[in-house]
Amino acid sequence: MTAFVTVMLRPGILDPQGLAIADGLAGLGHKGVQSVRVGKVFEIALDDADNVQERVTQMAKDLLANPVIEDFTVEVR
Amino acid sequence: MARVGVVTFPGSNCDADMRRAVQETDGLEAVALWHKEADLQGVDAVILPGGFSYGDYLRCGAMARLSPVMQAVTEFANAGGPVLGVCNGFQILCEAGLLPGALVRNRDLRFVCDRVRVVVSRTTPFTNVSDGVLTLPIAHGEGCWVADPSQLQALDDAGQLLFRYVTEDGTRGDNPNGSLRDVAGVCNAQGNVVGLMPHPERACRPALKGIDGQLFFAHLARSLA
Repeated sequence: MTAFVTVMLRPGILDPQGLAIADGLAGLGHKGVQSVRVGKVFEIALDDADNVQERVTQMAKDLLANPVIEDFTVEVR
Repeated sequence: MARVGVVTFPGSNCDADMRRAVQETDGLEAVALWHKEADLQGVDAVILPGGFSYGDYLRCGAMARLSPVMQAVTEFANAGGPVLGVCNGFQILCEAGLLPGALVRNRDLRFVCDRVRVVVSRTTPFTNVSDGVLTLPIAHGEGCWVADPSQLQALDDAGQLLFRYVTEDGTRGDNPNGSLRDVAGVCNAQGNVVGLMPHPERACRPALKGIDGQLFFAHLARSLA
């Protein structure tokens, strides 16, 4: 069982990396990019399938995301 | 003689400078603490120095927060013991929930290495409101302090926005990293836990072109005397 946790900076937190990458894309000639936000993805392999959503959500709260600056989503595959 | 513990995490690189600054202060003795030790050896104050603990993996300070020593530091802080975090130490204290807010990438994406001025808003074991404008070195890539907008005014009203970057004459904000309200450092509600991005330990002797950092250690020595 594998869970994917996506962590993104919360709206309103300045993401200078994203701004720089958006500028870079424009510089390469890619048109129509409104904005870029940079986040992280954690791929977590688990022994079993019990309560995966709940357990991984707790892992994200405990360590993977900092709630002051980041939001997260959990996807189980 | 008051004993001040300076914690070394894997990746700390200001721990030796910090111990020396403590040791050279009248009334203070430096005690080296290793991150795997859950025992603070009865010290009277704890300092988390700067550096790149755990290679800044995950988020700056996020892994160091899990070290055995941090459980003891948290209990010590909650019991009112004086705790100072400098630079990466500040990031660790925020990640550990001992200080409000978090530190993110500098506004201009640059690592900033400079000398800045800060003013102090409140008296704590490490500061005095009459300290005036202090000149201290900074060196950081992720020193942009942010906090939940709903809490910001309350923190400000309580004097918890302890250090602010200002111009040389101290009259206006002068912000090197984009932090909210020009914050350079904060303290907890009780004032016993203090964190800041500037490095007082790098401004403790004339040969380093600055001695304002000595105030932090002198205040600590007085408060522990």
